[in-house]
Amino acid sequence: MNVIETTALGRRYGSTWALRDCTLAVPEGRLVALVGPNGAGKSTLLNLVMGLTSPTAGGVTVLGDLAAGSIAALDGIGFVAQDMPLYRGLSVADMLHLTRNLNRQFDDAYAHRRLADFGIDLKQKVGKLSGGQRAQLALTLALARHPKLLVLDEPTAPLDPLARHDFMATVMTAMADDGVSVVLSSHLLAELERVADHLVLISEGRVRIDGAVDELVAQHRVLVTQAGRESSPPDWEVIESSSVGSQTTQLVRLPSADTPLPFGAEARTVGIEELAMAYLRSGVRLSAPTLTGASR
Amino acid sequence: MTVDKAISGESSAIEFRLDPSSGVPTYLQLVQQVERALRLGSLQPGDQLPKVREVVAGLAINPNTVLKAYRELEHKGLASGRPGMGTFIEASLDPVTLPELAGLRRSLRRWLDGASEAGLDEDGIVALVVSTLRDFPQRRADAEQGDEHAQGAGGAA
Repeated sequence: MNVIETTALGRRYGSTWALRDCTLAVPEGRLVALVGPNGAGKSTLLNLVMGLTSPTAGGVTVLGDLAAGSIAALDGIGFVAQDMPLYRGLSVADMLHLTRNLNRQFDDAYAHRRLADFGIDLKQKVGKLSGGQRAQLALTLALARHPKLLVLDEPTAPLDPLARHDFMATVMTAMADDGVSVVLSSHLLAELERVADHLVLISEGRVRIDGAVDELVAQHRVLVTQAGRESSPPDWEVIESSSVGSQTTQLVRLPSADTPLPFGAEARTVGIEELAMAYLRSGVRLSAPTLTGASR
Repeated sequence: MTVDKAISGESSAIEFRLDPSSGVPTYLQLVQQVERALRLGSLQPGDQLPKVREVVAGLAINPNTVLKAYRELEHKGLASGRPGMGTFIEASLDPVTLPELAGLRRSLRRWLDGASEAGLDEDGIVALVVSTLRDFPQRRADAEQGDEHAQGAGGAA
């Protein structure tokens, strides 16, 4: 089953396409990292998936073939929005009470157990909680609905490293316990390295990467060649290239993982942070050709 | 180097740690740590590996990554999954006895003293070990081939 499937999906605001020609298939049981620069279309895509906005073009289904935004779809999805919308004036207990009554399914015992684990006092006002506790509360409210898909829109950006670790540990434990699938939009590329097993990269409203992390890593290499030596064959896609003196450094996408490398080239594999950075830079066509050379 | 907090699995003899700056894929770090523990004898056949959930909760990593590491260990014949119970160590790896290990450590210390006297600092020692280790499999293969030739020649004579 695909938890998200889009076909030529597009959304236009006025004359500007926030997202266009987006065709994706996100398999279940994965943690999908959704990355891209600000304004790339990430939140637009998530809002389309949640049914918070409707497509200008194409279509989107979730959890098999449910229409995005339908009641059945919403029952199966937990969503933690970018700004973690909680009522700051309410106590934690009242926030739980409210959420329980606004949802068709809510596991009260689970929510209480989790809040106790984090030492969150039910009588405390939401606005008085620490950033980490507020994030855990928002996550608990989403998970207590026992969703099949958890959608997190940049949830860890405002958290300190320890709170971020604890937050991701909660998400990962839910994955291990209930097999919940996760879509996580984030700017924290280094953090994604250890949690994501599927990567979707959007820039300028278009999908640039959609694939399993293992396969992406197997398909990409950084090649360092000296002038006069054979360069990469023409059928290889060069994502990024830079030259310093007689040495050329290229990030290439191989036709397949076992493609032989050109003679005399030095090759190494890349992690998803480096990979995503290269695609992001090539997407915005930065006129800074020595960037990769400088970061070596 | 940043190292994550370790997992104190109650029933397991190994604690996983991650080094995010190593560049080694996470699943491979787990596999290598089990192999190292097997070589050093701190893990033995019958020992249970930490439950997936414990590793996930402790290190905040994707459960699929832990499953992949355990599958890799099963594939290598080092561990096996028992349904509903967990993953257990099946075989030991290059069993080196403790006295042997102690002897090797003593001779390594003597070598280190020599290297230090010759003026190598820690970085220099590491560089020398790494480069020598890299050539080691090739040298061993060459030496074995040399033996075969010698035997062949002896047989013909």
